[in-house]
Amino acid sequence: MNLAQGVQIVSLGLLTLMMISAALGVVLLDNIVYSAFLLGAVFTSIAGMYLLLNADFVAAAQLLIYVGSVNVLILFAIMLVNKREDFVPMTRGWVRKGATAAVCAGLFALLATMVLSTPWSISEAMPSTESTTLQIGTHFFTDFLLPFELVSVLLLMAMVGAIVIARRDIIPDIGSASEENLSFQLPERPREAVGALSESGSDSTGS
Amino acid sequence: MDSGIDLKGSIIQSLIDLGLPPGAAKVVWMPLPLGLMLVVATVGVLVAVWLERKISAAAQQRIGPEFAGPLGTLQPVADGLKLLVKEDVIPNKADPWLFTIGPAIVVIPIFLSFLIVPFGQNLVITDLGIGAFLWISLSSVAPIGLLMSGYASNNKYALIGGLRAAAQSISYEIPLALSVLAVVMMSNSLSTIDIVNQQSGYGILGWNIWRQPVGFIIFWIAALAETERLPFDLPEAEEEIVAGYQTEYSGMKFALFFLGSYVNLILSALLFAVFYLGGWDFLVPVELLADLLGFSINSPVVQVVTASLGITMVLVKTYLLVFIAILLRWTTPRVRIDQLLNLGWKFLLPVALVNLLLTAALKLAFPAFFGG
Repeated sequence: MNLAQGVQIVSLGLLTLMMISAALGVVLLDNIVYSAFLLGAVFTSIAGMYLLLNADFVAAAQLLIYVGSVNVLILFAIMLVNKREDFVPMTRGWVRKGATAAVCAGLFALLATMVLSTPWSISEAMPSTESTTLQIGTHFFTDFLLPFELVSVLLLMAMVGAIVIARRDIIPDIGSASEENLSFQLPERPREAVGALSESGSDSTGS
Repeated sequence: MDSGIDLKGSIIQSLIDLGLPPGAAKVVWMPLPLGLMLVVATVGVLVAVWLERKISAAAQQRIGPEFAGPLGTLQPVADGLKLLVKEDVIPNKADPWLFTIGPAIVVIPIFLSFLIVPFGQNLVITDLGIGAFLWISLSSVAPIGLLMSGYASNNKYALIGGLRAAAQSISYEIPLALSVLAVVMMSNSLSTIDIVNQQSGYGILGWNIWRQPVGFIIFWIAALAETERLPFDLPEAEEEIVAGYQTEYSGMKFALFFLGSYVNLILSALLFAVFYLGGWDFLVPVELLADLLGFSINSPVVQVVTASLGITMVLVKTYLLVFIAILLRWTTPRVRIDQLLNLGWKFLLPVALVNLLLTAALKLAFPAFFGG
């Protein structure tokens, strides 16, 4: 075993440990902000896995899209929604948790048997040293052209939809004053006038 | 361009000649460029801080630091030492873990980006095939650290500063990436070495700044916004939100933020020099100069001279840009947050898109000038 292999095995172990423990933290921690930050750690370790698989472009894209955009947006959403609500502890809370654990264990068992029973064709050939960016680009514009273009249309639709939702003035106000529509509003604190801020000054920010 | 000086090969060879096995020689080599780059970045920060103090003093008709060392050059060292021994305070109701990790997450990606900064044909840590893209994606990680420290400080100003920083860097990442993409398209490669090589050969006339007149302005504005320099230093606007996400920090953790912002400034200036100012290229092609003076470009002495000339050129260009950034900081007023976001989304983004399309069209029309 030479140096490169040793480094690869050690980093594989470290990345796996980091990914699994961070993912468990995302699911199990009570504080949603911790969960969001740990999600970033999960995405980062997945990027590390891609690096170990010689997919450097995919690793950088993973970092840019998932850590730099998706996770930042999640954090933004958490920090901007100033919802304060005291949750009443449920009497039979463990039933839900137990059911979730059972479902997860079943899924894990299924996947594990699939991984163990599938005859993987592991190639011993050295990965090609050609730039991965070039390879991905070639695939995008030859045999994966249709999915690539469809995904771009999908993204455009999502973008237009997001802009329509964000610009409230486009949507006509249909019965916004009626009573039954109140349940669909975001459960935010009511907007306070600036002068009233001094009374609520002891509130901590959005935590 | 031929290989030039191969430091890695020659050092490993000399270590093997000293009697080390080849594997051990490589292990000894590996941390050397990394450590060297850390030292270069830190010394670069010291110089930038000194420049900032001196230029701001000159802009305000003061003298600036004077007693620490000649012309006050040791003042940044004194500042750093002070921060090093200062008490490290964690506020009472702050979140100690996130409060500690936040600055590290801000600083680590910035230092990692130095992996791709070339000072010469072989004077780079790794010639990655995805160099420019790696920088873009690493710089997108920093807002997480800013949000983390803003949230963990348990302070309204800090939270607002963190949110502003994240919003600003998300908005300006897109024009930045699009302007880099235009350069990448002209050089057919994401590698910083290839980008410089594509500009070399014609001296100052071949630099991308002539072929990307819109792109370099967009890049500079977006880079200033990414580094939170003054026309865009909304996240730490002193008059509005004290110091933004840095409000509660002191000691070494504050020093990390401080170091990070200056390293980021230097990194942006370095990459501006690489993308638009021909990297290590001299004003006239060195091959031409060597021919004119009657030397062979491949002789060892000329190689050493051109390599040191290359490093000097990179540093001169970088610090010229740092100087412009400092001058901008001390002479321009701050924009408002809505103006900042409007500028980013409604002006820079469409202009950068048009610039990208124009570059593609020109590349198809004139492949000789715009990189075939």
